[in-house]
Amino acid sequence: MGNDIFHLDNGLQVILREMHTAPVISFWVAYRVGSRNEQPPQTGISHWVEHMMFKGTERFPAGVLDREIDRAGGMWNAFTSMDTTMYYATLPRQQIELALAAESDRMVNALFDPAETESERSVIISERQGSENTPLFWLEEAMQAVAFRQHGYGHSIIGSMDDLHTMTCDDLQAHYRQYYGPHNATVVCVGAFDAAQMRARIEHHFGSIAAQASPPSGIIATEPTTGATQRVTVNRPGTTDYVSIAHHVPSALHDDWYALHVLDGVLSGVGNGFDGRTTRLYGALVKSGIAAMIEGGLLETIDPYLYQVTITLNHDRNHAEAEHTLLAEIERLQSQVITETELHRAKKQARASFAYSAESVTNQAYGLAQSAMLGDVTWYDHFLARVERVTADDVQRVARQYLTEAGRITGWLYAGEADDADTDEEGHAA
Amino acid sequence: MNTAPDRLPDAQTIQRTQFANGVTLLVHENPTVQSVFLTGSLRTGAIYSQVHQKGLANLTAEMLLSGTTERDFERLHSDLEDLGAEIAYSAGRERTLFSGRSLAEDVNVLLEALAETMQHPSFPEEDFERERDQQITELRYLEDDTRYRAMRRFREMLYAPFHPYRYPTNGTEETLRSLTLADVQRFHQTTYGPQGMILVVVGAVQAAQIVRQVETLFSDWQNPAQHPALMVPSTPSLPTEQRIYEPMPGKSQSDVLIGTVGPSRLAPDYRATDLANSVLGEFGLMGRVGLSIREDQGLAYYAYSRLEGGEGQGAWYISAGVDPQDVEAAIASAVAEIERLVDEPISVQELDDNQAYFVGRLPLKLEQNSGVATIIHALERYELGLNYLHEYPEEVRRLTVADVQRAAQHYFDPQRLAIVVAGPPTA
Repeated sequence: MGNDIFHLDNGLQVILREMHTAPVISFWVAYRVGSRNEQPPQTGISHWVEHMMFKGTERFPAGVLDREIDRAGGMWNAFTSMDTTMYYATLPRQQIELALAAESDRMVNALFDPAETESERSVIISERQGSENTPLFWLEEAMQAVAFRQHGYGHSIIGSMDDLHTMTCDDLQAHYRQYYGPHNATVVCVGAFDAAQMRARIEHHFGSIAAQASPPSGIIATEPTTGATQRVTVNRPGTTDYVSIAHHVPSALHDDWYALHVLDGVLSGVGNGFDGRTTRLYGALVKSGIAAMIEGGLLETIDPYLYQVTITLNHDRNHAEAEHTLLAEIERLQSQVITETELHRAKKQARASFAYSAESVTNQAYGLAQSAMLGDVTWYDHFLARVERVTADDVQRVARQYLTEAGRITGWLYAGEADDADTDEEGHAA
Repeated sequence: MNTAPDRLPDAQTIQRTQFANGVTLLVHENPTVQSVFLTGSLRTGAIYSQVHQKGLANLTAEMLLSGTTERDFERLHSDLEDLGAEIAYSAGRERTLFSGRSLAEDVNVLLEALAETMQHPSFPEEDFERERDQQITELRYLEDDTRYRAMRRFREMLYAPFHPYRYPTNGTEETLRSLTLADVQRFHQTTYGPQGMILVVVGAVQAAQIVRQVETLFSDWQNPAQHPALMVPSTPSLPTEQRIYEPMPGKSQSDVLIGTVGPSRLAPDYRATDLANSVLGEFGLMGRVGLSIREDQGLAYYAYSRLEGGEGQGAWYISAGVDPQDVEAAIASAVAEIERLVDEPISVQELDDNQAYFVGRLPLKLEQNSGVATIIHALERYELGLNYLHEYPEEVRRLTVADVQRAAQHYFDPQRLAIVVAGPPTA
C-alpha cells in the first residue's frame, strides 16, 4: 500500500492513500497542538478551541455542516489529545468534497463569536463535571500532576476548572491564530479515490491559504528527572477501589517504545478488545481474585510520557496486596527473560489487532495522521516490522531500565462516602 | 485495482443455510480484508430466568469462557490468544449475543472454540466465585454511575413488576450473591440449544468451506430440554407523569432521563418512530434536543434521544448530562421538544434531511466486516428478508410527515412521561 506524500507551497503536509475496499473516504486534518502546549492559566484551551471549530464560519454557519454531513450519510468529529487536535470526516466517496471545503475554511475562518464562546464554556464545564463523576478521573489527574510538574503532560486535556472559568474569547482566538494554519497541520486522506484527482482537489481548497510562521515550541521536551518515588492517595465518594502504578518511559519515536509495547502485551494484553486472559497480570491479579480488571496503558506520545497499569480491585481486597503483586510481576520481568511463547503471542496479537483496525479507512487515516504528528510519517506503516524486531532480551532490558523504583508514581484510590474527598501526595528521593 | 462494488449484501451474496436442528448460518464473503468476523445469537437471555435470579443469564454467559469439557481455561485462551483471536458472549434480554474475530487463516480455530464453549462448557467450580465476585465489582461500579442509576430507576417506572424489561440484565448484588453454580448449570441445560440460533460469518472466507465446518461443529447439537421461545409481554404506558430523584451525593453532574415506552422493532410503525426519534435527538449533532439543550443554551455536554427497539417494546427517551443547577431548565426544554414533536408536524425539510440521512449512511455502516455481520444478523433476527437492504430506501422514502407525527403521538404523551434525575443534591 503506497502513500503519496507532499507539501503544498504554503507548507501544508499532505498524505494520500488509495484504498478501494469500500466506497468510502476518510479525510483528516491534524494540528500539532494539544494539552502538551498549554500552561496555567490556560489549561484546556486546545480542547476548547476544538469545540469552537464547530461553531461556524461565515461560509458555513454553525449547524450547517452537521446537517450536510448527516444528509450525505457521513460522520464527522474531532478530538484533542495531549499532542494533537484532529478533525475528521468519513463519507460515501461521492460526497467527500464537503469535508475538503469545511476543513480548509475553518483552518483560518472560524468565527469565535463571544456569545457562542460563553455558551460553550458551560458545555465544557459540563463535560468536565461528567469526567469528575468517575472517581478514577481524579486519581489520574493527581498522578499526572506529580509525574509532570513542568511539562504540559502534567494536566488533564480538559483543563482545570479554574482555568475553564477564567479563559476568555480573546485567549481562544489567539491560540487558534498561533497553531492553526498550513504550517502546523497535516492533511490525510484514505479511501476510494484517484490520488491525482484528490491532490488537485486538495490544492484547490487549501492551496490559497497563506503561509504563516511556525509556532514557537515553548515546550520543555523532557520533564527534568527528580529520581523521586511518589505516592498519591485519593479519597472520592464511590464504590470501587483502584491501584495504579506509572513509570516514565520514552516517546513513541524511541526504539525502546516497541519493546515496552511487547512488555505491555505480556503483562496486560496487546491491542484493543483483548481481555488478555493469558497475560501475567490476569493470572496474578484476576484469576487470583484480587482484581476484577487490569489495564495497561502505553500511549504513542511525542515526548516521554508514562507507562501505567491500573488495577480495579474486587470488593474486600486491599490496595497493598494488589500493589505488591504487580511489583512482583515487574520484578519477574526484570529478573527473567519472557518465554518464546509469550513473545510470539504478543507479536501475533499485535499483527491481528493491526489487521482488524486497518480494515477501516478511518483507522488507517488516523494512523497516518498520528505518524505525521509524531514527526515520522512512516511510523504507522513500520509499526509491525519494528514490533517484530523486539527480542525477549529487549523486553528484560527495558523492564530493568524504565520500570524502576526511581521515578515510580503509585496511586491508591479509596472509594468512600460523599464527604470523603481529598488528595494526598508523598514523595521521597529513591 | 481491487475495487469493491458499491453493492449491498443481499440474497445473491449472503449464503443462508438452515440446519435441521434449528441453527441458521449466514455467510458473506469479503475477499478485500485479511480477517474474519463472526456474530450471532442464541435464544436465551434474561427473560428466561426467574425474577429472583436476575443476572443469571449474564453470569452463565460470562462463565462459558471459563473452559470446556475438552480444554481448560489456560488451554482455551492460549489457543485463541496465540492467534490474536477472540470470542465474547453477552446476555441480552431476549437473546445471548456472541461475537468473535480472527485472521482469516485461523477461522477454523475460532469456530471450534465457539462451538465448544456454547455446547460443552465445563463451568469449573473454582472459577464460579471469582466470576461472581467480578460481576459484583462491576455492578458496584455501575451503581456509582449517574447514567446507569438513572436508567435503572427509569425502567422501574416504565415497566411493571415481573416485566423482563424492568430489571438490569446484570442483576443486583443481592440476586448475584444468591446464585449458585448449580443455577448456572441448570440455566445452561434448559435454555441453551440449537433452536433459534443464528450464526453470521463475514470476511475473507470461502462460504462453502464455512458451511461444511459449521455443519460438522453445530448440526449434531441437540437439546430436547431447551425452553420454548418466550414472548415479551406488551406494556401499557404510564397512567400519569412520574418523577423520581435519585440522590447521589458527591457527584459533580446530574443525569436526566425523560421518556416513555416505544415500539417493538417488529411494530409496523417502527421506522416512522425511528425517524421521529432522529428528528428529536439524533440528526445533525443530536437533533432538536441537541440544538436546544447543548447548542442554544449550553446546558449539557451531551443531550440526545434514543429508541431502543428490540423484540418487545423498548424505551424511547431523552438523555442529558447537566450541571445540577441546570436540571430544571434541561427538563423543561426536553419536555417542550417532546410536546412540539407530538403537537406539530415536522417540516418537509426535516423529513427530507432525515430520509437522506437514513439512506445515505448505509455505505459507512457496511464498511467493515463487523458492520456487515451486525446488519445480516438483524435481517435474520427480525425476519426482514435477505433483500431488505434493497427495500429499505423505499421504506424510508415512503414515510410522510403525518406518519412521523402519528408515531410520535402514538408513543409519547407529554402528560405521562417518566422523568428521572440522578445526581448530587442542589442547594
